This record gives sequence, C-alpha cells and structure tokens, in this order.
Amino acid sequence: MTVRNATPSRSRRLLTTLLLTALLAGCSSGHDWNGKDISGLMPELAFELTDSSGETYRAEEGEGSIRVMFFGFTNCPDICPTTMARLKGAINQMPDSLQDEVTMLFVSVDPKRDTPDKLGEYVGFFGDDIKGLTGDEKTLRKLAKRYRTTFGYNEPDENGDYDVSHSSAVYVFDDEGRARLLLRSQLSRDEISEDLTTLVRETTG
Amino acid sequence: MSWFEYLLPYDFSPLTLLAFLAVLVLYIRGLRALPVAERPGVLRVGTFLLGVLLCYAVMHTRFDYYSQYMFFVHRGQHLVLHHLGPMLIALSNPLPILRYWGNRIPQAASPYLAPLGWIYRVLQQPFIAAFLFVGLIYFWLWPSMHFDAMLSRQLYWVMNWSMLLDGLLFWWLIFDPRSPYSSGALSYGMRILLLILVIVPQQVLGAWIVFNRGMVYDVYEVCGRAWPMAPETDQLIGGILTWIPPSMMSGIGVLIILGRLLHDGGSVKPSSELNVQGTNA
Repeated sequence: MTVRNATPSRSRRLLTTLLLTALLAGCSSGHDWNGKDISGLMPELAFELTDSSGETYRAEEGEGSIRVMFFGFTNCPDICPTTMARLKGAINQMPDSLQDEVTMLFVSVDPKRDTPDKLGEYVGFFGDDIKGLTGDEKTLRKLAKRYRTTFGYNEPDENGDYDVSHSSAVYVFDDEGRARLLLRSQLSRDEISEDLTTLVRETTG
Repeated sequence: MSWFEYLLPYDFSPLTLLAFLAVLVLYIRGLRALPVAERPGVLRVGTFLLGVLLCYAVMHTRFDYYSQYMFFVHRGQHLVLHHLGPMLIALSNPLPILRYWGNRIPQAASPYLAPLGWIYRVLQQPFIAAFLFVGLIYFWLWPSMHFDAMLSRQLYWVMNWSMLLDGLLFWWLIFDPRSPYSSGALSYGMRILLLILVIVPQQVLGAWIVFNRGMVYDVYEVCGRAWPMAPETDQLIGGILTWIPPSMMSGIGVLIILGRLLHDGGSVKPSSELNVQGTNA
C-alpha cells in the first residue's frame, strides 16, 4: 500500500519537472535580437540552385559569411523591392569592415519568368554582391518546405502576368550555415543593421 | 495535382504512419480474435475507424499542408485531433479490444509498464485532465509558442501528437463505457462538470482571437499563406472554430452522459467484465 500511495506524488513531481524544463527551454536566449531568434528551430542552410550566370551554386560555397536569404520574384511589385532595398541599406549601414561578412541571397520562386539573365539584372540593380538564385519548381518547393514556407501562383491575366504569393520573411544564417534569425517585414533598416552587426561580431570575434 | 497526391502526406513522418498502422492492425486482429458475443457491432467499429481515419487525414495528407499555411485550417485540424477524432474513438468503446490485448501482455513486462500506469492515473485525475485539456490549447496558441511551433518541424509534430494524445485521454475519461456504480470510472456528475468547466476558457480564447483587432498569429504572414486570403478573414474564421464547435461538442457530451445517467441511474449492478454501456450497436 505504501508504494501505491507514494506513486502519484512521484509522477506528479516528474511531470512538473518536465513542464518546467519545457518552459525554460523556450525562454533561453543569448542576445536581445530585434529579429526572431530561430536557433535550433530550423535546419542548417542547404540547397543546390542555379545562380544568375547559369552555374550551379551550393549553400556550402557561401560558408564563412553570414547569409541573408529572401524568397521572392523579380516581377514583384512591392514586398520584394522594398525588402531588398531595406536589407541592402541595413548592410551598408554596418561598420565598413564588417559589410563584406554578409552575403544577400535572393531566391526567385518564379523560375518560369525569372531566367538567370533577368535575375542577374534584377539583383544587380540593388547591389553588385547580391546572389540571385533560382531552380526548377520541385527544387524550390523542397527548399521552401525546409524553411516552413510556401509560395503559390495566381491565374495569369490576359497579358500573361500573374502574382506570386511568397514568404515576407528574411532568413539569416551564420557563417557555418546554422539558422539564426528570422527578420519580419516590419523591422526597420536600423534594427536589421544592428542584428547583423551583432551576429558578425559574434562569429568573427 | 491528381486526387491520389492529395492523399499523400505533405510532410512524411514514418513514426506517424507506423503508429496509425499499428492501431489499425491491433484493432482488427483483436476484433477477429474476440468471441462473437463480445465483439463490437458494425456501428461501433465504423465509429472507431472513422475517428482514426479523420485524425490520420488531417495529420498526414495534403490537408496538413493547408494546416501549416492557413490559420483557420490549422484550427480545423486541431478541432479534429483534440475533439472530434478522439471523441469518436472514445464513443466507439474499444474497451473489449483493449482488454483483449491487455490480457496478452506478458507478466514479465508488467514492472516496466507500471510507470506508464502511474502517469496514466495522474493524468486521468479529473481536474488535472481538464487543466491539461484546456492548458494544451492555450499553450500551443500562445502567440510566441505558436510561432515557434509553426517554424520548427519537430515542435510542429510534438504539437499535433500532444493534441491527439491529450484528446484521447480526456474524451476517454468522459466517455468511459464502464458504469461508475460498478467500477472505478468517473461519476456522471463529475464528467458533466468537467465538460462544462472546459467550455468557458475555450470560449474566452476563441472570442479573444475573433475580436482581436491586430494580427495575433503573424507566422502565417511570415511564412506565406497557401492561397491569397485576407489575414483578418483567416484569423476570424480560425477564432470562430476555436470558440463555437468545441462548446457544441461539450454540449453534445453532456447530453450523452445525461442519457447514460438516466439508463444507469443509481441501480447498483454487480461488477461484470462485460458490463458495457451506452454505445453498443
């Protein structure tokens, strides 16, 4: 009987410990980021896409620098150009010596219209060092799924133009390709710049 | 996409597939092994299979894709995993099958299974069960927690499985086919009290989502929606799904328990292994 009586309280203690661990695990964070800390929530950066010169480009080739990845398409009327400009502006605002440590990756999810040439022209408009990437739809779907996002196409109008729905977030990976931050679209240039500077200092320092 | 592709999982989880297959195989084998007199009827078997298939369909087909990228579909998914599916499974009274397999657990294994029994008994304490039932809904809908759960594949699976398992525990406690007069099952009054207790917090949460002017769950904004829909509309429908149907299910539950109370009212019956109430077909 004594054993039977002791068991519920022991199980209850175990349950409390488990719940507390789960709660604490959700609260741990090293820095106060402006963006959302996604360390451990998402897998490391991995892909094999085509760059704007038509060559295959793998995620590993960018290792050693902070990667800032954004999904979009070149015909995008609003979100993409403003996000690209804000990101580029944020990087330009970083201390000069740290700017080279950050690489912007623009992944077009509209491979039908965004040929490597068109992609190169588009990213070149925002800066020389931005990597424009795309792939076939299957590869892109796999990559989007890996980062818990999706994209979709609307019906084309009479001119063959169509809208593409895509993630509005920017994914930040550190020099080893680990997922670190998710930058929501309402973050300002200053806030993004601050986060990227902190991250570069952390990885190089 | 062909219809066949809609049946394929969006995010293949071998563990989920195995778990559902194991449940089906054990149920059907147990069913065939039982003497005809103890075997659940067609309606009960159908109810069980419907509950299991509904849970599988929302977890492991194309439906899961829409659940990940639309808030209101996600609420529908949890309505099935935490309410409708487990409710049907509990109502189908799989007790004879459980007993059949329970009797076949080798004696040698029982010391190892004992901790599971303790955990089960703690979780089935009426107020702990009600607290867990509502607590889990709040936990996964806590905006920062929800954000993480939708971003992390592991957390997402933990979320869906925890909802399903907790749903099974709660609705089994409520619809336990054994009579409280002849077994240790929860009294009818307590069952009704629990059903009513869990209504209010769910309504508060649902109403808070519905009447919230801002975007509570912006993860669907961040990750892109499955199809273009105004975020406010998505949140509104999702809030209504959190608010209304769970209360209705509690209401239906109360009616079912009242029905059993009337048929079972006070007459003390001898304890019998086959004393199975309510949902016999």
